[in-house]
Amino acid sequence: MSFKAAEIHETSPWQKMTIGGEIYEGGTSRLTMTGEWRTKTPVFDAEKCKHCMLCVPFCPDSSIPVVGKERLDFDLDHCKGCGICEKVCPFGAISFGKEGE
Amino acid sequence: MSIRERLSGNEAVAYAMKQINPDVMGAFPITPSTEIPQYFAQYVADGLVDTEYVTVESEHSSMSTCIGAQAAGGRAVTATSSCGLALMFELLYVASSSRLPVTLACVNRALTGPININNDHSDSMGARDAGWIQIYAETNQEAYDNFLQAMPIGEHPDVRLPVMICQDGFITSHGVENIELLEDEIVKDFVGEYQPENYLLKHENPLAVGPYDVTNYYMEHKIQQAEAMKAAKPVILKIAEAFEKVSGRKYGFFESYRMEDAETALVLIGSSAGTARAAVDKLRAQGKKVGMVKLRVFRPFPMEELAAALAGCKAIAVMDKAESFSAAGGPLFAETRSALYDLDTRPKAINYVYGLGGRDFTVDTAETVFAALDEIVATGKTGEVYRHIGQRSE
Amino acid sequence: MKKANKPVEIRWHGRGGQGAKTACLLLADAAFSSGKYVQGFPEYGPERMGAPITAYNRISDERCPVHSNIYEPDYVVVVDETLLDAVDVTRGLSEEGAIIVNTPKRPEEIRPMLGDYAGKVCTIDARAISEQTLGKNFPNTPMLAAAVKISGVVEADKFVSDMEASFKHKFAHKPQVITGNMAALTQSMKEVQVG
Repeated sequence: MSFKAAEIHETSPWQKMTIGGEIYEGGTSRLTMTGEWRTKTPVFDAEKCKHCMLCVPFCPDSSIPVVGKERLDFDLDHCKGCGICEKVCPFGAISFGKEGE
Repeated sequence: MSIRERLSGNEAVAYAMKQINPDVMGAFPITPSTEIPQYFAQYVADGLVDTEYVTVESEHSSMSTCIGAQAAGGRAVTATSSCGLALMFELLYVASSSRLPVTLACVNRALTGPININNDHSDSMGARDAGWIQIYAETNQEAYDNFLQAMPIGEHPDVRLPVMICQDGFITSHGVENIELLEDEIVKDFVGEYQPENYLLKHENPLAVGPYDVTNYYMEHKIQQAEAMKAAKPVILKIAEAFEKVSGRKYGFFESYRMEDAETALVLIGSSAGTARAAVDKLRAQGKKVGMVKLRVFRPFPMEELAAALAGCKAIAVMDKAESFSAAGGPLFAETRSALYDLDTRPKAINYVYGLGGRDFTVDTAETVFAALDEIVATGKTGEVYRHIGQRSE
Repeated sequence: MKKANKPVEIRWHGRGGQGAKTACLLLADAAFSSGKYVQGFPEYGPERMGAPITAYNRISDERCPVHSNIYEPDYVVVVDETLLDAVDVTRGLSEEGAIIVNTPKRPEEIRPMLGDYAGKVCTIDARAISEQTLGKNFPNTPMLAAAVKISGVVEADKFVSDMEASFKHKFAHKPQVITGNMAALTQSMKEVQVG
């Protein structure tokens, strides 16, 4: 009964869940769309960004993707809108608007 | 083949642990279980076992140690009594809900208060709903035999539940009696290796244990646990059968003694069963149709089997060595009477709470209870259902 | 003289720290070695040095199922004479059995201290024997020997040879202790007085 976390959801019968809620893989937090919790959304201004990468380790939800040496736009599926990135950005490249703005 | 010895119940369990050679022991002393980690420490010091012997600062920590070790993929054991078991209470639930087959030697002692170090079953009965398999012993021999069967039961893939092996404090734990031990090789083969499918130290397969469950998941996991406890029933019998093959000693959910045509019977747990057996023999010699059922497995509770064993009786007395302060009877009584409900015709049933805090249970006590059952059979009136025996009274 | 199918039941009275429990377990050992089924168990409470303690033996040819204390013993062994004033040592004691008391007194001097008990009264000066043979007051070895001699639960010669083997095993590094203990045993079996 080794079900993968992705196969278990809120309508799974008890027979199709892992014993004792054990999780048999890493990185399963990606499966939970925490972006739904957000009330304010970060806006990324690519022109002001110097790719200093300071925002990346501060993000508690690993919602700032980096490819090569380039910081990309936010992963809004997981960003909870905490605002830490806006506070730490030295260049004013991140601003916040109310969800939907 | 077997080794004739004389050991106390504590020595017997420590010896079983030595033969099993578990990976980890969480060790914290409390009367009357203290001798188990004490004897085992000698085995560790003498290099007779490979066990990591972890001396902790409390029973909360000894059970936590066992949980961590078992989750990591090891076999973990501990021993405790009374207040020690109470201090483990939260962790008992963690072990069972995380489905970790830890083995605990419980040396039954009254749970405070007033403070008392002697035997009754209030400690393990208080933990009866913690999701542990509970197996009780009448003698040092049974404590040893039950301990050897614990791991094959608890670790079975259909079960994966922790197991509490209980014996009566002082009466069994400190009483020296004859015992037949199995040879090391036979124990090793019988108990086998612990081979969990997933464990924390399994490098190629990362694992998380004991996650938070939101409401949408919690009940499903509790049902899994309940199903595991049901699945434990056939496993317990299968392991008992395998054990009989290597030891010649037969075990089941309970022992029925002279029950074939019994009209009255006692139902009880632990060392008192031997004393009750002597009373049954004495009354049988007088031509009375009496019997006894000694419950060995309390969790899972063998409801249908016990009801069938008692179905032919006219009246039974369920003996509880623990108060539950329900104002309606002790825990064994509640379960046993509930089991009888499904019978079309059922015996009348009364409850005696007895033996609290080491109050002695004698052949005379058992005879008094049988006399009370005779009275019920003769008059057809059950009278007071919830009774106590052995106490002083005006 | 034993009732059929009944174990021999022995009750020990001592004081915490004197070794009455040890003597009780040694008797169980000796009976076990001679092929018997044994029980040896102390009655436990908060242990205090000097407080009266009780221990029990059941010895029989088949496993004894009863796990209660013993209320009608066949034999009583009193490891400390001063307990005669403090404890009702003959309570329930079979008149066909015997009481064995550690004392320099003779049985007829002890009998008046035992109320109306009409069975055998045996005395042994375990202290003197222990001090002569072991150089210290360890009354339990001589008391054990006296209990074996009087109760007959173990055949005397077999008992002596088993104990010698057991001492040799236990005190392999202290041979003088073996000689002392063996002397204590044999002297006690010789000197116990029956009255």
